[in-house]
Amino acid sequence: MSNTIGMKTVEVAKTPNAWQRIPWRSLAIVFPFLAVFIALGIGSPAFLSFYNVSNVLDRQSGIMIVAVASTLVLIAGGIDLSVGAIYMLSAVVCGTLILRVGGVEGVVAGVVVGVLAGLAVGVVNGVVSTYLKINPLIATLAMSFIILGLTKLISQFGKEGIGQLRVDVEQFTWIAKTKPLGVSLPTWIAFVIVVILAVVLWRSTFGRYVYAAGGNAEAARLAGIRVNLVRISTFALSGFAAGLAGVIDLARVPSVPESDAIATSLTFTVLAGIVVGGTSILGGEGAVWRTVLGILFIAMLYNGFTLLRIDPLFQGIALGVIILLAVGFDAWSRLRRR
Amino acid sequence: MPTETAHADAPQLTIELRGVGKSFGGTPVLQDIDLTITPGSVHGLVGENGAGKSTLSKIVAGLYTADEGTLVVDGDEVSFGSPREALDRGIAAIAQELALVPALTVAENVFLGREPRSFGFINRRRLRRAFVELAARAGFDLDPDRIVGTMRIADQQKVEILRALARGASVIIMDEPTAALSGHDTELLHGVVRQLAASGRTVVLVSHYLHEVLELCDDVTILRDGRLIRTAPAADETEATLIEGMLGRSLGSVFPDKVPVPADAEEVLVVRDLVAPGVNGVSFSVRAGEIVGLAGLVGAGRSEIAHAIFGAVPREGGTVTAGGRDLASPTIGAALRGGVFLIPESRKEQGLVLQRPIRENVTLSNLAELAPGGWIRSGAERREARTMLDAVTVTGDERRAVSALSGGNQQKVLFARALQRARRVLIADEPTRGVDVGSRRSIYDLIVAQARAGIGVVVISSEVEEVLGLAHRILVVRGGRIVAEFEGAELTEENILTAAFADPITSEDA
Repeated sequence: MSNTIGMKTVEVAKTPNAWQRIPWRSLAIVFPFLAVFIALGIGSPAFLSFYNVSNVLDRQSGIMIVAVASTLVLIAGGIDLSVGAIYMLSAVVCGTLILRVGGVEGVVAGVVVGVLAGLAVGVVNGVVSTYLKINPLIATLAMSFIILGLTKLISQFGKEGIGQLRVDVEQFTWIAKTKPLGVSLPTWIAFVIVVILAVVLWRSTFGRYVYAAGGNAEAARLAGIRVNLVRISTFALSGFAAGLAGVIDLARVPSVPESDAIATSLTFTVLAGIVVGGTSILGGEGAVWRTVLGILFIAMLYNGFTLLRIDPLFQGIALGVIILLAVGFDAWSRLRRR
Repeated sequence: MPTETAHADAPQLTIELRGVGKSFGGTPVLQDIDLTITPGSVHGLVGENGAGKSTLSKIVAGLYTADEGTLVVDGDEVSFGSPREALDRGIAAIAQELALVPALTVAENVFLGREPRSFGFINRRRLRRAFVELAARAGFDLDPDRIVGTMRIADQQKVEILRALARGASVIIMDEPTAALSGHDTELLHGVVRQLAASGRTVVLVSHYLHEVLELCDDVTILRDGRLIRTAPAADETEATLIEGMLGRSLGSVFPDKVPVPADAEEVLVVRDLVAPGVNGVSFSVRAGEIVGLAGLVGAGRSEIAHAIFGAVPREGGTVTAGGRDLASPTIGAALRGGVFLIPESRKEQGLVLQRPIRENVTLSNLAELAPGGWIRSGAERREARTMLDAVTVTGDERRAVSALSGGNQQKVLFARALQRARRVLIADEPTRGVDVGSRRSIYDLIVAQARAGIGVVVISSEVEEVLGLAHRILVVRGGRIVAEFEGAELTEENILTAAFADPITSEDA
């Protein structure tokens, strides 16, 4: 072939040695995770106890479900700021139905409609941010105000007098209390969702299209991929996951406090976990396992603070610093790769 | 030295590199470069992709610092830590990606950050006056109040150059300035380069276009594999000697032989009265095995025609038939199913997902066939990608990100994708833009091989020579219409350029 010389120079210049071949960038979250894990294991004997670990996992299951689904939104080039609001909405819808309908039928109706409400909002998010061409950041921010307002409206139907919506129905709280093989049902659900989404992203055509849509939407479109449909699907997944998480956490608590701050804080923690895990906010890059490590890292940090009796005041500060480090590292490695 | 032509604000700078070397990640990309750039001259840097010409120009421009050797400017040994420091010494680089603020006017962009002020506010009158003075001195004709984002790329480059001049630059480094320009704009930019040289400035020109280098430059430096082969007056070089120096061997013919289209070849693509954004009623057909060239200026509507056929933009009227099948629904999916494939104009923006592996980029538009039930069979995908990459001669680990490849090999990855999908019609929009001389021939070979396999090929190119060298038949596009058709002996550069540039009023008879 006439171009062998040109080709050879390219190959020589790009063949890295074994040290360079290790994808340092993609392993970034692993080292701090292990470091904190080992440090806490040594520093606090309670940390590695079965009780503590299963307790942390149980409490993180809702957030984990939302975060792994939101990871797909981010990789596809979007962002979903409404997950917290959807989470509240589905909890309120679910609780209200359980109280109003009553009995097992009420529980089934509550769970199904609660989750479907999340899915529906997700689809709306997707359509608004693709076909209506509204920037997803703004679209989902606006949606989250709308949903929170709607949530308050609905919650009035479920309350008996003034106060919180309480769902002390045994057939419902059963969801949080069952422990197949000693691990709570919410943890199992989160585990299954994580595995499904990880495999979908890694091995399915849909997963591949998600990466392509976020990496280069125009190239993906010209390759015959229906980018809008892919993005809407990721928003739908994210809405579904937020709905599911809302229902699961309601079963655990089991009351819905009327506070927008909880919705906001959930959205932020989810985004923090994704970013700390190393999924790029710019889209096209990332993975489910990263988000799992990111969310667990934050949970571990908070747990460590509690176990070591450090003023919880410092938790937020520490988390903020870690997010800056994570994003800074991402930006730095992008710069270096050029 | 021709000091008398120098302007007062353009000090004559001699730039010297002594034993300069640079490595990235332990791999040397430049070694032992000794080079003197004469003040007031136009100095060409040529070489294949990866030969080190961009790296060399970036060292002079302060974007990179040399690992070895010294850079001497006007007798002083310097080491630039940033482009800003280079600019302070009068050296400016015009990047391939222009760094202008699209929403500001020409004059505002030129004086960005150093606007004349009164009482802390920008003095518009003085800004305009300063601009007019500067533009006149440089010999540029630009409207100071035009919004930069609405201008054509060639004019935006002028703005960028004026900005460098406004900051007192006397050495201007241009990396592939004409890569994104059409024939007319290229001519305009050549005028700019000559104007700069005439006003006593030094221009360092990095270019793939050898005829451009020979036409514009006083001296030419050839680089190969990071080493300097020779520096010689352009008058002593020819395209053949330059190519020989760049490749270390002679290239042979630039274009493969044309394979005659069989007389009974059926029409694989029939376009009738196509109307779409930028396309105003286009009809033509392509036969199996035929290569049809679409020539014309940038903005004439060539890419728009391609996109309308491919279903990438909504169609407002007309029909497209591929292989006897009417592509009634104007969507990309329908075009792909009909056996039409488009290799888009800009591989970085429209073609490749740069951070993803080579393999995924090859199989992107054919994934469904490798994934029964939506789950990718990685063995099948690996084999498919490898087969296609072998066919287009891209070697190495296909798990690497596609961004690690040179421009030519990236283009071949797009061809590898097309080989899977193009069953009847292949449209290649600017197939060799930013591709080095060595890889160009293999891309031409791929195009010809596709035609020989019975596929109808449409080649769109701003380089008239390229369409001439490849196509059996050339359609000239202007204003979203086909204004002329040439075949056989009529295929001359003159015919095409005349049709492409013709005055719209006199074009009734074209």
